[in-house]
Amino acid sequence: MEIKWLVIILSFIYLVLLFLIAAWAEKNAEKRWLKSPYIYALSLAVYCTAWTFYGSVGRASNQGLDFLTTYVGPILLAPVFWIILRKVIRISKIHRITNLADFITSRYGKRASLGAFVTIFCLLGVLPYISIQIKAISNSFAILANEQMAHSTSLWFFEDTAFYITIALAVFTIIFGVRNIDANQKNIGLITTIAFESTFKLVAFLAVGIFVTYGIFDGFEDVFTAAASLPDYERLTVINKNEYGDWMWLNMLSALAFLFLPRQFHVAVKENRDESHLRKTMWLFPLYLLFINVFVLPIALGGKMIFAGQSIDADTYVLAIPLAYDQHFLAIIIYLGGFSAATSMIIVSTSALSIMISNHIITPTIIKSRRLSKPFEGKLNLVVLRGRQSMILLMLLLAYLYFKYVGEQFSLVSIGLISFVAVAQFTPAILGGIFWKAGNGKGAFSGLIVGFIIWFYTLVIPTVANTGVIPPDFVVKGIFGFQWLSPQDFLGLSSMSYIVRGLFWSLMFNLFTYLIVSVTTKRSSQEINQAEIFVDIFKYSSSYESSVVWKGKAFLADIKNLLAQFLGIERTERAFKRFMYRNDINEELLEADYRTVNYAENLLSGVVGSTSARVLISSVVKEEKAVDISEVFSILRESQQYISDNKELTIKSRQLQEATEKLKEANEKLRQLDQLKDEFISTVTHEMRTPITSIRALSEILHDNNDLDQEERSQFLSIIVEETERMERLINQVLDLEKMESGQLELPLSTLQLNDVVRESLNSIEQLILGRKIILKTELQPELPAIKGNKDRLIQVILNLVSNAIKFCDQEAGEITILTNEDSGLVELTVMDNGSGVPEESKELIFQAFYQDKNQTLKKQEGSGLGLTICQKIIEKHGGKIWVKNNGSNGAVFTFSIPGIMQLNEESINSG
Amino acid sequence: MKKVLIVDDEPNIIMSLEFLMKKSGYEVFIARDGAEALVIVDQEEPDIVVLDIMMPQVDGYEVCSYIKNKKQLGAKVIFLSAKGKEKDVLKGYESGADFYMTKPFSTKKLVDKVNQLAG
Repeated sequence: MEIKWLVIILSFIYLVLLFLIAAWAEKNAEKRWLKSPYIYALSLAVYCTAWTFYGSVGRASNQGLDFLTTYVGPILLAPVFWIILRKVIRISKIHRITNLADFITSRYGKRASLGAFVTIFCLLGVLPYISIQIKAISNSFAILANEQMAHSTSLWFFEDTAFYITIALAVFTIIFGVRNIDANQKNIGLITTIAFESTFKLVAFLAVGIFVTYGIFDGFEDVFTAAASLPDYERLTVINKNEYGDWMWLNMLSALAFLFLPRQFHVAVKENRDESHLRKTMWLFPLYLLFINVFVLPIALGGKMIFAGQSIDADTYVLAIPLAYDQHFLAIIIYLGGFSAATSMIIVSTSALSIMISNHIITPTIIKSRRLSKPFEGKLNLVVLRGRQSMILLMLLLAYLYFKYVGEQFSLVSIGLISFVAVAQFTPAILGGIFWKAGNGKGAFSGLIVGFIIWFYTLVIPTVANTGVIPPDFVVKGIFGFQWLSPQDFLGLSSMSYIVRGLFWSLMFNLFTYLIVSVTTKRSSQEINQAEIFVDIFKYSSSYESSVVWKGKAFLADIKNLLAQFLGIERTERAFKRFMYRNDINEELLEADYRTVNYAENLLSGVVGSTSARVLISSVVKEEKAVDISEVFSILRESQQYISDNKELTIKSRQLQEATEKLKEANEKLRQLDQLKDEFISTVTHEMRTPITSIRALSEILHDNNDLDQEERSQFLSIIVEETERMERLINQVLDLEKMESGQLELPLSTLQLNDVVRESLNSIEQLILGRKIILKTELQPELPAIKGNKDRLIQVILNLVSNAIKFCDQEAGEITILTNEDSGLVELTVMDNGSGVPEESKELIFQAFYQDKNQTLKKQEGSGLGLTICQKIIEKHGGKIWVKNNGSNGAVFTFSIPGIMQLNEESINSG
Repeated sequence: MKKVLIVDDEPNIIMSLEFLMKKSGYEVFIARDGAEALVIVDQEEPDIVVLDIMMPQVDGYEVCSYIKNKKQLGAKVIFLSAKGKEKDVLKGYESGADFYMTKPFSTKKLVDKVNQLAG
């Protein structure tokens, strides 16, 4: 009796402690660590319920490693939190979605019926789960208080401790979880408390684990060594080959449950304040699961050994072991750990479900029916709040009844798994909804119905049958006596466990129904667009906030009145003031613009859910016509089109700019070429004027003076001939050069000895040199490498150089030297004269065609007309170079070099 | 007997000019470039200078300016140049020339002009 009251008082103190923590957290909401990813990750550990706390050990003792599947699934899922959870979170933030039903209805066209169905499904799936939390608390209480527990069914509810626990929890949750009407607000007190409970249950569980492993036994090794003598040791510690299939399915099941259990959605999505918290959660949460599982097997095996021969429920080992060793303090800690696991689950689950029920069942019903809504006019916020609160009480009472009349006969784990299978039915609709645009509402709805029916038939009916409501043999015999239609052997697959079979068929039928119906039926335009927003949320989330733009006009006062019903006058005024200030909207306006209407809808959906919010808002918006979302989308698409057009335009204009730049360059080049051409022409014509002047003058003289003597006459005539030849040469040179410049000059190459070419050239000019009494020296180096060259052209070059030398060498004692030699594979020819040399500044210029400065009036070096230009072209065609140096004061030194054949070979080898 | 200075670097042109001037009764002096011309101008103080522009070292414009800037030299200058562009002609007159004639030239016109300028 004393212990019983102690436990009750401690439980109460624990609840008060939770209260204090929540109150403290709300007061210190701005503290950074309260908003940290660690708190978030710990809050996700609401996943670990009393089922984990007591049930894991129970399951490990009975079935071995199976218990791990519940945790391996979420751990395997952790790496893709970033892909799946982040998307769900982002979508929910944008659409102000607060629960699963809201999520599904938002995606599939906001059908109120779908939302109600999802809600009922969740309720049916999760109620038993809540009931096993009550069962766990009640059982652990009984064990601690040393009461008989098996016969609680026979007690009246007012004699049953569990009933009072249920009521206490309901009151606690009501005060605690749903004080605030706006479901959209983050409940930092709740989350901090859940995080605390997660920590507490982990510490408690680790304590009993350490006690068993290191207190009773001597470490892990000792436990397992001792356990090896157990008859079913092998079975419990090794995964049976036949169970691999079950393992796979159960892992998948727990992963899906982790995503879609209403309480998980509540903490992971609704209460998420920062997507980036997922990054740390991706390893923190698996780490938590690792810690809470590490001692399960030692406790299970230890319990089996300690209680060998006694009929003690393995689900209670965690508590029974410390009691058996008289560790009362530890036992109480463990009791409180289990209590915390159960309460956290109950608080979050019932809060989440109450929001779902009120938003998807109560509010739509009230606002749709005038008769119902009339008496509540002006008090709708209270309706919502009271509705939620009474739902919590109702749910807990239902769970209590389930526990009392049904749940007693099942282990914690199997009831938990049935819940898991129920929420797993949301997988096609939700994952399909965020990754598959073609998925539609009809598909989702029919898939869910099919999944629900099979879930109910294969998994729920057998549990109910045991209570006597349905004839027990129905489970085995099935409809019309077809065994393959019986719940137990539904469609065969008898090798799978009962849970896995139910999961497999329900999920398969659900999935295929979803796919087939989606593909074969049409989507409404609203669905098409919601699908687009959901699937491409990261593309759109920055660009707009709401899924609908209201077209109709509404009076600001109407909207404010509507909101005040739910939010209260003061809060409504405050919210509007802030919104209008932020968006720079004139508060004096009578009519609300579409932004304000949208904002109001968002505020409302936080309170009553998006479906009801839509209905409420449309009641105050005149014309009642929202801009069809397809219009929004066509606007969005258009603007995106503009953006991409614009991008293209930018690219095009850049290309254009580049082209213009190139054109400018080409133009500049052309201009320069044109100028060169002009200069060339003007220089050529200028050069031609000189001989023509002589010819004309002399011709006129000859014409006008018949009295000229014979000698003069013939002198003049020979000058005329000479000048004519000069013109002819000039013309030929111009043509030559033109050919070379335009690349038409072909040089047939043959293997030559440069010395031979030099000799041949000199043959034709020797007479001229000797005639001018010029001394000619030749120093031809024997055994030069052969060259590839065009003999006639090389002769032309040599003659040109020698002619120049003749022209410029000293007039009195002219001397010309011709040298050949080899310099590192290059064959060189040098022509030196002893004239005045080439002015330093002209050394380069003399090779340019008629080079002359624009304003040059000084006559340049004579004879440098086109000859050297042509020489340079010819030598370049041979792959060589030509240049001029001054030999001190002793005249000009012209040299050209051409690669010898040896070097050509080497080059070709190297390059080959 | 009036003196004519022929300044040009083309021997064949000099030859024809020398013939023409002599035949018209002038005493002819010959310079093969600008520098030489300046010396002869100072030494001989010719009445007429027939002047080429494009020459090594000192060009015709400079020679003309030199002549016109020295007041005691009353020489008339006739440019005889292959440069026929307007700006060349202008530049010739700016440097003080009395007449500008382009090559190739009409012997008759040149002789007439020389006679006219020689007075």
